[in-house]
Amino acid sequence: MSMSYPANPPRGGFRIAVGIGLLVLSGLLFVRAAGPWPGDTIVWPAAVAALGALLIWRAPAVVPRRPRGWAAHRSSEQRPSRRQSEPERVRVRGRPEVSRGGLGVALVLAGGFAFLWASGAMRPAGETVLAALAVLIAVALIFAPSWRRLARSLAAERTERIRTQERADVGAHLHDSVLQTLALIQRSAEDPKQVAALARHQERELRGWLADGDSRENGRTLAAAVDAAAAEVEAAVGGSIEVVTVGDCPLDERARAVVAATREAMLNAAKFAGEAPVSVYAELSSERIQVFVRDRGPGFDPATVPPERRGVRESILGRTQRAGGRAAVRSQPGGGTEVEIAFDRGDKR
Amino acid sequence: MPRVVIVDDHDLFRAGVRASLGPRVEVVADSGDVESAVHAIDELRPDVVLLDVHMPGGGGVEVIRRVGASRPDVRFLVLSVSDASEDVIALIRAGARGYVTKTISGPDLADAVCRVRDGDAVFSPRLAGFVLDAFAGEIPAAQVDPELDLLTPREREVLQHIARGYMYKEIAAQLGISVKTVEAHVSAVLRKLQLSSRHELSRWALHRRLVEE
Repeated sequence: MSMSYPANPPRGGFRIAVGIGLLVLSGLLFVRAAGPWPGDTIVWPAAVAALGALLIWRAPAVVPRRPRGWAAHRSSEQRPSRRQSEPERVRVRGRPEVSRGGLGVALVLAGGFAFLWASGAMRPAGETVLAALAVLIAVALIFAPSWRRLARSLAAERTERIRTQERADVGAHLHDSVLQTLALIQRSAEDPKQVAALARHQERELRGWLADGDSRENGRTLAAAVDAAAAEVEAAVGGSIEVVTVGDCPLDERARAVVAATREAMLNAAKFAGEAPVSVYAELSSERIQVFVRDRGPGFDPATVPPERRGVRESILGRTQRAGGRAAVRSQPGGGTEVEIAFDRGDKR
Repeated sequence: MPRVVIVDDHDLFRAGVRASLGPRVEVVADSGDVESAVHAIDELRPDVVLLDVHMPGGGGVEVIRRVGASRPDVRFLVLSVSDASEDVIALIRAGARGYVTKTISGPDLADAVCRVRDGDAVFSPRLAGFVLDAFAGEIPAAQVDPELDLLTPREREVLQHIARGYMYKEIAAQLGISVKTVEAHVSAVLRKLQLSSRHELSRWALHRRLVEE
């Protein structure tokens, strides 16, 4: 009997197996009704063999989980728990699949033998078969250790390959970002402002990359989007913006309005703050979204802002109100400015 | 004048901190790994230890674990680039009295050292955010010891103001309380962080790890 071992069975593999099984069954029933039939002794061995085949099909190929991004590269004293657990995890994962596949093979073989035995094909050749079986078992016993070793070295080699690739990824990223920035810094060494801006930009980028490659880079959450907006504003206007976020939530339509208004507030703050850093605090809970943008600039008296100055009124207050939230600007001459943007998440718009 | 030991595995950074601290603080030693740090603290009995999170030989937590009990009068201030809230909270829970980022200016750092020496807690906006994050989340009141596992509304308010970039003085003015009261609230938060039964914190840590996976 030949059996295919799909390297990575697709989701529909199980259904296909069931379908084939049903087709074979109907074919057998047809043959039983119409044609030559060896006798009902075939039924139970066939059922056992089918069960074994099913087990083999269902056993997924053993694929070690790729260690996630940077985590695999942190030095062991920094992340002892994760580093140590990695190889173990691979091994533990491999075991049940292997034994399931083994059980399947045993069942298929048992089914085949049972059929041969029951149909009487074995009786004349009984001794030959027994001898062949003994030789097979002996060969298996002799070569099992080396097969085992081979499998193990294959797994080790695969792990090593994954490591190497990760290292290449890290190297490529460092080259693209950090080394480039360092070169830029050397070239603009006379301009301290430029150097500081470059360093901050690089720091933010590297932190984002280290913290969480995927979700934050793509800006799928509100916290990530606020971070990204802060980086943009820093790049555009200069100055430094310290972002602190508590909690997080997905970037839905309302959250987008929050980000847009926050960005506008950060732009204003960065323009007027001067040297002092701008503080951004975002608290994102299930009930509400609340963002504070505070600068330590000269401040102003909100009552004296002429109506044609649309920046704050339109892009922060108006935008937030249209999206169903509320915003407030608190400022005093000499006391800095704070913009608060708040949305309740419980209510419908 | 507070006597300080700087513990950090980057030579250049230690030199930089030493230079930027200025005349208000006396740096008695600096060390680049856990072993020599433990030795120096034991020998010199500084008032304040500036501690990095990640170091060869176990990091800041290991230093506090090894000398914290035998030298209860030594106070620890975390000075780190680490952005991982688990790392920072772990150090605070081990006994550090504050956390500031390495971008802090020299005078501000000297200020923070003096405040820690006087027994105050030093919360940067980032640390306030981490703590609020750690205590966030709603769980049934029956499961927790409310004395320790939840922040009072006032404490939460104070932490939120710190996270928004307010100084203690400004917070006091905003909330209509004295600076001493603000300090008392912050110290109370620190104590809760260190003593609480931590149903909530462990749940939080678990959540963080799951999110990271």
